[in-house]
Amino acid sequence: MPRAMSEVEVGERIEAIRRRAPRFRDERITMAHGAGGKASRQLVEGLFLPLLANPALAELSDAGLVKAAGVRLAFTTDSFVVSPLRFPGGSIGELAVNGTVNDLAVSGARPLALSAAVILEEGLAASVLEAEVKAMAAASASCGVPVVTGDTKVVERGKCDSLYITTSGVGLLEEGVALAPDLVRPGDKVLVSGTIGDHGVAIMLARGQLDLEADVKSDTQPLWELVQALIEACGEGLHCMRDATRGGVATVLNEIALSAEVGVVIAEDRVPVRPEVLGAGEILGIDPLYVANEGKLVAFVAPELADAALEAMRSQPAGREAALIGEVRDEPPGRVLGRTTFGGHRMIDVLVGDPLPRIC
Amino acid sequence: MRFADEFRDPELAQVLGTEIATLCEPGRHYKIMEVCGGHTHTIYRYGVQDHLPEAIELVHGPGCPVCVIPMGRVDDGIAIAEQDGVILTCFGDMMRVPGGNGSFLEANARGADIRMVYSPLDALRIAKANPDRRVVFYAIGFETTAPSTALTLVRAKADGVTNFSVFCNHVTVIPAITAILDSPDLQLDAFLGPGHVSTVIGCRPYEFIASERHKPLVCSGFEPLDLLQSIYMVMKQFAEGRVEVENQYTRVVRWEGNPMALKVLEDVFSLRPHFEWRGLGSIPHSALALSSRYERFDAELSFDIPGVRVADPKACQCGEVLKGALRPWECGVFGTACTPEKPIGTCMVSSEGACAAYYNYGQYSKQRIHLEV
Repeated sequence: MPRAMSEVEVGERIEAIRRRAPRFRDERITMAHGAGGKASRQLVEGLFLPLLANPALAELSDAGLVKAAGVRLAFTTDSFVVSPLRFPGGSIGELAVNGTVNDLAVSGARPLALSAAVILEEGLAASVLEAEVKAMAAASASCGVPVVTGDTKVVERGKCDSLYITTSGVGLLEEGVALAPDLVRPGDKVLVSGTIGDHGVAIMLARGQLDLEADVKSDTQPLWELVQALIEACGEGLHCMRDATRGGVATVLNEIALSAEVGVVIAEDRVPVRPEVLGAGEILGIDPLYVANEGKLVAFVAPELADAALEAMRSQPAGREAALIGEVRDEPPGRVLGRTTFGGHRMIDVLVGDPLPRIC
Repeated sequence: MRFADEFRDPELAQVLGTEIATLCEPGRHYKIMEVCGGHTHTIYRYGVQDHLPEAIELVHGPGCPVCVIPMGRVDDGIAIAEQDGVILTCFGDMMRVPGGNGSFLEANARGADIRMVYSPLDALRIAKANPDRRVVFYAIGFETTAPSTALTLVRAKADGVTNFSVFCNHVTVIPAITAILDSPDLQLDAFLGPGHVSTVIGCRPYEFIASERHKPLVCSGFEPLDLLQSIYMVMKQFAEGRVEVENQYTRVVRWEGNPMALKVLEDVFSLRPHFEWRGLGSIPHSALALSSRYERFDAELSFDIPGVRVADPKACQCGEVLKGALRPWECGVFGTACTPEKPIGTCMVSSEGACAAYYNYGQYSKQRIHLEV
């Protein structure tokens, strides 16, 4: 029996383990690997990252940066397997466009063009496909980013579920914009662009398995105009942004805390959540901080620019309910802490796996 | 959120915390066990401990349904799921519980069809929708969830469903508390009683804890203020020299329990002579099996099940944690070999498990975070 350790020593040991490069040692892929939590991180950082090693990928940002002929480009890709295909507030086609546009936007890049690859199941109704292509066209027109190339494949019935879409996107990094987790420093303020958890809860309710009814719509929307307003308002004071999709705001905060070696502290009563989302989460035992969003970003901003950033976000339709939720600290490095609505404190860690598969 | 925020008021919490502190006898240390995993979750989720004086230590008890399932029963579930044409259904928390032969999640990756449901009625619905498949509900939980399993079986019988059965792992709370009271390394001063179990069984079954074992028990609700008030009631008993069973959760729990729920439990289930609990070992009369009236729905009779007892991993000290003899971080593998993503012991699996709750929420709870935003 090893010597009993003190609570502090145990905490330090856990920290050391958390910082070890994740290893991928599972024999088979389980649903947890796709859920955006710790298992996904092990898959990406333990399998893909070492084998495909290069400096741009190693950043593990929402988009990879490519320099060519003096131009800085952001390049990203995302697959969409959401079930059901249509849900209140959006559908897979709209999600596929907005999701990739937003990955570029939060990297500080003006989205230029998209590709779309679709995998279709034998027997899919043509009307279903047409509706989704129309949804992609409408989303693409509304954010002004054309789909300039694409691919289609068909697989036998039962080999995929109706329709999967992969979009890739390329964007031009704005002049003078430098965004990276490393730039986040103690004192920075943490902002979210609006209510959280809407998308995940909308999908969950749309599946109709829960005998719960609430008027919750997905928040799928493009964020480039909001980002542009933020860049104008903050310039270099805007240090980092992330798109709070799978794993929710809590996962984003943890990613930044770990890579910038800072502590992040948030006040839970300042986090905007719709009452319907809060209520559904309460019944299902799901914390909105971990629920996926499809049109919300988290921004880390220099303290003196926090008010300007908030005002800039709120001036945009996509950011009307933006809020300042917390700040960056020296301590404890790599950790996210919350002041609870009850006046107590808690740690906000990364979940092992999102309880909801195929959310996007 | 109405009807919830009222029970989470930070100002009231501060008032109660101060009152509790004044009831502490100087120099005395109090160990109070919250029996129920739901309480454990609330304590960490809301930082209840931050409102308590240092002299009060909360010990996390065995009332987490997932945490007490022994590995052999997980393997039995997988063995059922791997038979031809079977759909096994269970609550989401069960999916990652490690057995000797992996978890349900890993069984799915090997080709089994194990689905998460929110209610046993959903499992019955799946059975009706798939008449060519055999649908099994992997039932877990204390008296809280047992009535819903029972009512589902009543419905299945009335509707004449023939492709539905239940693999029953329901347990009862009193024998678990008794096992803890009998434990030689017991150091507890009082209990917070499980509120939801008590909606079914009432408060009367706890009376022996006060009268024979001389420990106060207060039946508590699940909101953070419920817990603080219950702790206040326990401390008031100490201050006034009383040892009683009291009911804080009066808005839900009646002293006599819920007679209709108790009746259906009696009809559908019978007590097992013995059942193995993870970490606590075999406890007599501590679990339910389907009664003879419902034996055609009993998956233990209709499936070929290994039923092999798998010893808990040696390094795992879930038993000591469940008994309150060790705090989660005092276990030798806590947070290193045993983490929420690769749990060795079941206490690390469910968010109601003492170890997972401490790992996910607790490690920094004592650090005061002053935040002006």
